Amino acid sequence: MRLAHQFALENDLITADCIEATEFPDLVTEYRVQAVPKTVINQEQSVEGALPESYFLDTVLSAVDHSEGSQEP
Amino acid sequence: MALIGEDVANQIRERLSTMVAPVKIVHFTQELNLEYGRETRQALEELAALSDKLTLEVYDFLIDKEKVAEYGVDKVPATAILNGKDYGIRFYGMPAGYEFATLLDAILDVSKGESELGPESREKLRQVTKPLHLEVFVTPT
Repeated sequence: MRLAHQFALENDLITADCIEATEFPDLVTEYRVQAVPKTVINQEQSVEGALPESYFLDTVLSAVDHSEGSQEP
Repeated sequence: MALIGEDVANQIRERLSTMVAPVKIVHFTQELNLEYGRETRQALEELAALSDKLTLEVYDFLIDKEKVAEYGVDKVPATAILNGKDYGIRFYGMPAGYEFATLLDAILDVSKGESELGPESREKLRQVTKPLHLEVFVTPT
């Protein structure tokens, strides 16, 4: 979890929520959270498990690149 | 009854003694959200009392609409950790067990105003040019 918050510290465009799954069952259903930790990226993609720093970062960044153009707020 | 026992309180005090800049904890609660809401607020009050550099502001999710909008909070209990600047760091729900340590990490990192990530990671993060929102689901262990 700390990694996501650290990412948020480094760039103002990045925000990071730590969500206690048992208190938000609706979100758990919506995002199909079956195991924790699970990281949902821009409400769209996700990564499961506690990953090492560089691998987690690359996975998150590639998810953002991948979704480029497919969603605009 | 205190949620944070004296031994743990002393350990936390020691960790918080390394704080650099003051940190503000902004907490949103809701009267109806009783199950965890009250305990979360109490834990944060006890935590804030452990360092002169920590302050706690508590708002009501239903009443304090302006603050809810300012911090972009969409559910409660919600907790934002910031120094003069809001970095977009949030906790939703009660940070209990392991997540309490994560909360302390966030406080210490925000107090420093920088992460302890490697230089390569920081460089990659600087290059992000689009909004990136991470929601990490956890459970207390």
